[in-house]
Amino acid sequence: MAEPFLIGDRMTGGYGAADILHDCTVAVDKGQIAVIVGPNGAGKSTAMKAVFGMLRLRGGQVRLNGEDITALSPQDRVAKGMAFVPQTSNIFTSMTVEENLEMGAFLRRDDIRPTIEQVYDLFPILRDKRRQAAGELSGGQRQQVAVGRALMTQPKVLMLDEPTAGVSPIVMDELFDRIIEVARTGISILMVEQNARQALAIADKGYVLVQGRNAYTDTGKALLADPDVRRSFLGG
Amino acid sequence: MDILNALVVFLNFVFIPATAYGAQLALGALGVTLVFGILRFSNFAHGDTMAFGTMVVILFTWAFQAIGLTIAPLPTALLALPLGIGATALLLLGTDRVVYRFYRKQRTSPIILVIVSMGVMFIMNGLVRFGIGVGDINFDDGGRFLITAREFREMTGLAEGLAIRSTQVITVVTAAVAVALLFWFLNRTRTGKSMRAFSDNEDLALLSGINPERVVAVTWILTAALATTAGVLYGLDKSFRAFVYFQLLLPIFASAIVGGLGSPLGAIAGGFIIAYSEVMVTYAWRRVVTYLVPEESVPSGLMQLMSTDYKFAVSFTILVIVLLFRPTGLFRGQSS
Repeated sequence: MAEPFLIGDRMTGGYGAADILHDCTVAVDKGQIAVIVGPNGAGKSTAMKAVFGMLRLRGGQVRLNGEDITALSPQDRVAKGMAFVPQTSNIFTSMTVEENLEMGAFLRRDDIRPTIEQVYDLFPILRDKRRQAAGELSGGQRQQVAVGRALMTQPKVLMLDEPTAGVSPIVMDELFDRIIEVARTGISILMVEQNARQALAIADKGYVLVQGRNAYTDTGKALLADPDVRRSFLGG
Repeated sequence: MDILNALVVFLNFVFIPATAYGAQLALGALGVTLVFGILRFSNFAHGDTMAFGTMVVILFTWAFQAIGLTIAPLPTALLALPLGIGATALLLLGTDRVVYRFYRKQRTSPIILVIVSMGVMFIMNGLVRFGIGVGDINFDDGGRFLITAREFREMTGLAEGLAIRSTQVITVVTAAVAVALLFWFLNRTRTGKSMRAFSDNEDLALLSGINPERVVAVTWILTAALATTAGVLYGLDKSFRAFVYFQLLLPIFASAIVGGLGSPLGAIAGGFIIAYSEVMVTYAWRRVVTYLVPEESVPSGLMQLMSTDYKFAVSFTILVIVLLFRPTGLFRGQSS
């Protein structure tokens, strides 16, 4: 089997003395969507943070395009083509939408206008609100700003930590549509989702974590069809 | 009834001095608010940073005067200002390197940094006293007046005179230029925007690849420029004395907090609010009132709400009231 584009391979680690992740593996292929689901406290967000270098690993590796990046800081990973959208405080509330996007592209020295236009094409509402402070926007619009900011580095991998937390079901569907669109442009997407059923429906690959371990790993469709997964995590 | 003369007295003794004072406080408060927004602690050493910068400027002013280098009618100190800013920037960057960076790496709580800054304050205090002494120093050698009271009386024929000192005009103009430059920097340049981003959301700024050490360094340089400018303008307008600069800390903090810590616009508004209140509460209004009411009803007292000795009580009272009813300040700054 070919090596996935980004893989957190057999990761073990936690914040303090106790480990939260045990031999946990998550990976995503080029241009695909991988979704991490699981009950509360299963270590979903922790797994994301570990892949992004915000957590010191006691065991395992993170590899991007075959290169071992386990020792790199999150900033260095951004430079390598990874982007991360945290679950909360993921925008600069006091700055305008456009300034948020500019800050996303802080590391770039070339012309960022075309990328800003691409983000506006993806999220047309942001074009109308570009001079408005991002903190004044609705929950769904803020998430669009957050994703837009992350896209400004022209990443190869986009990591989303519960992008649909706290938004209405209609907005959630729309966000998922946009995420699929982003994936179609060749960007790999690794995301944690609370809305497991909808997320698995759009996922190429799904990871069910339980207590920091891989419980089930399969394609999104297969997991949705798996009676064990349905009973335990999807409410029947 | 003589409204014109009353207005002239008001402008001469209240409005013009308070405006100059307000501009000086605003520049001081901008420095405090910048450090709070980026480094997230209240910098108690700010008054003594102003004193240090002013000391360097005075020393260079004397040196320039000795070799006959002046820019009359403007005070020589303006020529020495860039050098003072440079020296203060070096001092602050050095302090950051040997003191603050250590605590930043440990991610200590803001209250510890506040106490650390008090230590820095005492050191700077000593530096200034060793460097230039504790006495009163007048280093304004420029033209004294734009309009003197006599000229004004002769020009208008009014009984009251209106004097505008050149230092007051220099203060307001310099402060306006400094504020305009600061806002242009923060809102239009890449580095300035990255500072606002860092102040807004530190973690996300790091995720965006903004270099925190660079942001901190730029902050100290801007703080040095603002503090030195504020100190020199205050010294030109009044005089330089190390202890007075240390005392300025209270009205400066009151200004920054009233406006909302971390909000540059708030710092400016706060500076003027504190300055106008201080001057108006401690001014003896009798002379204004004399022109406004019939002679027999002019009260015999000075009509002064509070002696000027108590002027710091005014800033303190405003501070307490704002903290009670609107803890984040008028412009909704950050709270910590």
